[in-house]
Amino acid sequence: MSEQFEPVIIGFTCNWCSYRAADLAGTARIKYPANVRLIRLMCSGRLDPTFVLKALSSGADGVLITGCHPGECHYLEQNYKALRRYLLLKRVLAQFGIEPGRVKLVWASAAEGVKLAEEITKMVEEVRSMGPLEWPTSMNGSIHGFTTPEEMVLQEATS
Amino acid sequence: MTSNGKPKFAMYWAASCGGCEIAVLNIHEKILDVDANFEVAFWPVAMDAKYKDVEAMPDESILLTLFNGAIRNDENAHLAHLLRRKSKILVAFGSCACEGCIPALANLSPLSELFDTYYATISTDNPDGIRPQPRWEVPEGELRIPKLYPVVRTLDQVVPVDYYMPGCPPESHQIGAVIDLVVQVLQGKAELPPLGTVIGAGGSTVCDECKRTRNVKHISKIDRIQNVKLDPEVCILEQGVMCAGPATRNGCDARCPTAGSPCIGCYGPADGVVDYGARLMTAIASVIDSKNPQEIEAVLDGIPDPAGMFYRFNLAGSLLRASKAAWESK
Repeated sequence: MSEQFEPVIIGFTCNWCSYRAADLAGTARIKYPANVRLIRLMCSGRLDPTFVLKALSSGADGVLITGCHPGECHYLEQNYKALRRYLLLKRVLAQFGIEPGRVKLVWASAAEGVKLAEEITKMVEEVRSMGPLEWPTSMNGSIHGFTTPEEMVLQEATS
Repeated sequence: MTSNGKPKFAMYWAASCGGCEIAVLNIHEKILDVDANFEVAFWPVAMDAKYKDVEAMPDESILLTLFNGAIRNDENAHLAHLLRRKSKILVAFGSCACEGCIPALANLSPLSELFDTYYATISTDNPDGIRPQPRWEVPEGELRIPKLYPVVRTLDQVVPVDYYMPGCPPESHQIGAVIDLVVQVLQGKAELPPLGTVIGAGGSTVCDECKRTRNVKHISKIDRIQNVKLDPEVCILEQGVMCAGPATRNGCDARCPTAGSPCIGCYGPADGVVDYGARLMTAIASVIDSKNPQEIEAVLDGIPDPAGMFYRFNLAGSLLRASKAAWESK
């Protein structure tokens, strides 16, 4: 395959810091790769690990979780909840054989457009080098290397 | 309808332990209601039957089939398809059929690892390194055993399912209530619930039914139950022992916490929960009393096998379903 692999990364941003950092990157014309699809949450504390699992199991190659710096959460300390969930989720994902670099947590304040753009660029390159995740549940029913229900029907042995 | 006019009933076990069958027999004299209202058409645990007899039945001739067990091999899958075709109402009965349960924990390992554990560890006396073969020629003909699939699946990942009855096993009083309902439906005194309904269980969580006192939860250590002297009145999770109550569907009367043992999650995800493990992770991570990454990691070290803990009953029914190694194994 000569074409460069373009990973799909789902980025969760918080309304008060990292979304504004991304916004700032835009108004300041700082470039970052289009591989990341940003979704705005009110707070990183809203990030249910289900969202990450849903993204990965539906075809995303990586997930970037972003939020306000520790101590600076708009809702006081919900970003610590995000941190704890992230640390726990990472352990579980490791057991599923998902490389640690595919799910990342980055703090970015509303002033850190440059930093966020750098982190996104870095992550896109890292995930690109890992290659596609292609989780089998995302293969639209035709799970490769896996028997389909039709093939599974066994001819009855005559007894 | 059969010659004696009674509708037919079937129960089958796929990848399961047999506990569901025992739970059904455990309904005591209600089993007589089953006999009074149904003809048992197929129930390998309770009576002799051949698969070819089921194949010979007209389609949809069995009114009610309780299917317990996960789909682990091609025999399980074959029976799932067969019973779906022959049954009007197919119930995923018990945790294995609903969400994979303990058999699905194998989804964390590739098949090769499973076979190595069975046939090649130091405790196994197997000097010739013999491994089971799905087909084998003998003078009398070909012998066959079912072929294991690399990934264990839930019943509804293989065939459409009408109702779900969770639990490992479902509580007998809940089975009794469902049988009462079915009998009433047969007598025209009640209606069946909408398709896809979870029956014989609540919609809320085990915590909702648990009688223990809950204060403000802050956990600074997670330990195993044998290392903690539990206060019988206070929330188990609060005392630093992993309890799956916050994510688990109620319906069991919170039996385990009441008896002094943490909920392990056998009733599966509560209403509205997409991924059971994720919901439990959310709950546990929220109450860890630390803002320091190193401290948090130290608390999490108290959970030696997180995937096994958070997906003990739900791996096949989870969003990821299996580890990469299991998906890729042949």
